[in-house]
Amino acid sequence: MMRILDRHKRDRFADFLFKGVSSFFALLIIVLMLFLFVVLAIESAPAIKAFGFKFIYSTDWNPVRASFGALPAIYGTIVLSAIAIVIAVPVSIGIAVFLTEMAPKKIRGPVGAAIELLASIPSIIYGMWGLFVFAPFLSAYVEPFLIENFGFLPLFRGTPLGIGMLPAGFILAIMIIPFISSVIRDVFLMVPPMLKESGYGMGATKFEVIWNIVIPFARSGIMGAVILGLGRALGETMAVTFMIGNSHDLSISLLDPATSISATLANEFTEAVDDIYLSGLVELGLILFAITFVVLALSKLMTMRFAPQKGRGKA
Amino acid sequence: MSKRYLMRRVFNCAALSGSLLCAVFGIFFLFWILKDVFSSGIGAMDMAFFTELPSPPGVAGGGLANAIWGTVLITGMATVIGVPAGILAGTYLSEYGRKKRFASVVRFLCDILVSAPSIVIGIFVYAVLVKPFKGFSAVAGALALAIIMLPVVVRTAEEMLKLVPDATREAALALGAPHWKVTLQVVYRGAFRGIITGVMLAVARISGETAPLLFTSFNNAFWNSNITEPTASLTVTIFNYAMGPYDDWHAKAWGGAFIITFTVLFINILSRLLLRGRTGS
Amino acid sequence: MNDNNNHNDKIIIKGLNFYYGSKQALYNVTIAVKENEVTALIGPSGCGKTTFLRCLNRMHDLYAGNRYEGEIILDNANILDKGLDLIKLRSKIGMVFQKPTPFPMSVFDNIAFGLKLNGISKKSELAALVEKALKDSALWDEIKDRLNESALSLSGGQQQRLCIARAIAVQPDVILMDEPCSALDPVATAKIEDMMTELKRNYTVVIVTHNMQQAARVSEWTGFFMMGEVKEFDKTQKIFTTPSNQMTEDYITGRFG
Repeated sequence: MMRILDRHKRDRFADFLFKGVSSFFALLIIVLMLFLFVVLAIESAPAIKAFGFKFIYSTDWNPVRASFGALPAIYGTIVLSAIAIVIAVPVSIGIAVFLTEMAPKKIRGPVGAAIELLASIPSIIYGMWGLFVFAPFLSAYVEPFLIENFGFLPLFRGTPLGIGMLPAGFILAIMIIPFISSVIRDVFLMVPPMLKESGYGMGATKFEVIWNIVIPFARSGIMGAVILGLGRALGETMAVTFMIGNSHDLSISLLDPATSISATLANEFTEAVDDIYLSGLVELGLILFAITFVVLALSKLMTMRFAPQKGRGKA
Repeated sequence: MSKRYLMRRVFNCAALSGSLLCAVFGIFFLFWILKDVFSSGIGAMDMAFFTELPSPPGVAGGGLANAIWGTVLITGMATVIGVPAGILAGTYLSEYGRKKRFASVVRFLCDILVSAPSIVIGIFVYAVLVKPFKGFSAVAGALALAIIMLPVVVRTAEEMLKLVPDATREAALALGAPHWKVTLQVVYRGAFRGIITGVMLAVARISGETAPLLFTSFNNAFWNSNITEPTASLTVTIFNYAMGPYDDWHAKAWGGAFIITFTVLFINILSRLLLRGRTGS
Repeated sequence: MNDNNNHNDKIIIKGLNFYYGSKQALYNVTIAVKENEVTALIGPSGCGKTTFLRCLNRMHDLYAGNRYEGEIILDNANILDKGLDLIKLRSKIGMVFQKPTPFPMSVFDNIAFGLKLNGISKKSELAALVEKALKDSALWDEIKDRLNESALSLSGGQQQRLCIARAIAVQPDVILMDEPCSALDPVATAKIEDMMTELKRNYTVVIVTHNMQQAARVSEWTGFFMMGEVKEFDKTQKIFTTPSNQMTEDYITGRFG
């Protein structure tokens, strides 16, 4: 017992120290986030001063004349993400339905794991595969078909290159499917079984239960998942850089080469020699970061309600 | 009535088949990509690939030894920076800040940072480390990757620590153990396997990152062991080679893709098995 | 209340109120726990008996927002004092939980954990004390060959006795037990009840139990809790034969709860 007393002060100090150190690293996350914004803002200040709002609506991106209009990149980012979402969301809901309501217990695990493995493949691999395998496939089979049959729409006019907004958006869709579907799956699993059983009890088919009970119950969670996918798509870089064609010309056709914020950064950042050019690129980064921050925060707020409450023992 | 009933059955069947197709769609692309990476990459695998430096542009032969080394170096340094910081912050969230407002802010920001564009992290590190010191470096690359892995490690460490029952903590405290000892000797031990798995996944994730390295560690055609110099990495090399005009470069890029993809895949599957073993027992 | 006994008061609780945040959970609890005897706390679930038990080693301090009022006197000092050293307090008061709480380490290390905290680091000394604790908890013969196995590999009953062994290894003055048998089968329960009779020779025991027969079998004193209040506190024999409170009688005769 006496020995306890000797070690006592030391323990108190160690407790204090350990708590202090771990709090410090937690605080570091907040500081880091602030720093990210502050540093990007400082670095892009010259461009903001020089171009003002014109930076956002001008379409003229010409480093040689030091004229920087980011509209093509911003437009590209938005359209690209929209394409990815339109393709990925129905597929993700389908996968979530399959995994929670349909698949036999035995194959749920492996199928779910395979879908999640899609998320582990690095972005650059998607890009490279897209450029060397998928783009030739698209330009040989899919795009000629689109142009021939839907060419009356301006969206599908142009040359079948296999790169551009639509191909990049498609690859992006495959990349975000695992993120969206896994959140939707978790949300579906939170639907109280009794609610579903009362549906089945009235003689509803599986589809009717999913459509009328599960999906409405999970609506805000699904929205959160979709927005999470959007946040991912907005900032995705390497795959897009390979697939989009990197053209600062604004075109309505989804088959024409275009550019996005992230692709512009990846391609031009190391080539930027002037301070103002660099500052303009950082401003693009700031815009991208601000948009994704808002989008991801929104998504987090919407899915929070569905976070599984972990048992904490009684207090 | 019976016609309506039939319609409902048909509709049900169609919708459920649709969901099956969605799953098949995802798996189909997984295997399509893996098949091409495997078949195009395996050809590039020879001794030279692992032991030699890149040959001059347009000249066939050579290898990516320096890039492989660079990836190991940069990823290793990032892990050394990111993992302890992440585990400690996760410890705070799980052991001290469960219901605190400050902790929920940290959690919230972590979840955002996990999905934030990695290229922006690259710009950030460029601005704070590359520009002031006038040079790309392995350290800068490692810092960028450490920032990317940090939130992943924080959140998994927290989750894994929380899986240790509170009763176990209370039992240790009831013996008169100080809080820090309970955490280090009882809670960490209980969560060890889970945390290791989380770290493995985080390492897998950053080893495939390209965008944040483009303007931090940059590239280098030669051996480099000085961490303040530009350093090649597999991913940046893949990017440059795949975008380049030579067939030999493309073959080398596929070789790099092969190594990265299957390493990452291997780690992912391994960690899944590890976690399953844990929940199974 | 009852003064024809030869045991001293070990813990005196005076006017204890306890709050989870703004919700009051204990009202004016005033009882005395006798040294080297077993005090049982009974009552319907949610009545505050576990809350009360966890006041005695300040376990509530782990969670923010909890608040005490009143006094708990242990060895002439109020353990609710702000400046009190919780680590010291808890090494004087052992606790056994509802479910077994083996640490994720070997059987030996589980028991050695508390001993090491108290500065005992010599191998031979540790081994002797671990053996003694296991013998005192009647576990030695069963698991003496498995000391290096993970404690998680023991059966539930063995795990719980290991936890008791771990608690007594550091030789506390008081042992708190929070429904220690609720997760165990009857055979394992009987073994632990036997242990309790042994334990009180050296320790003061406070046990929360749901099982009234258990309270009657093992304890000298019984407190009946309801809605956060102590409705009756007396010799166990008296409570179970001639309770003075109507609610106590209703409860022990099984009319509610």
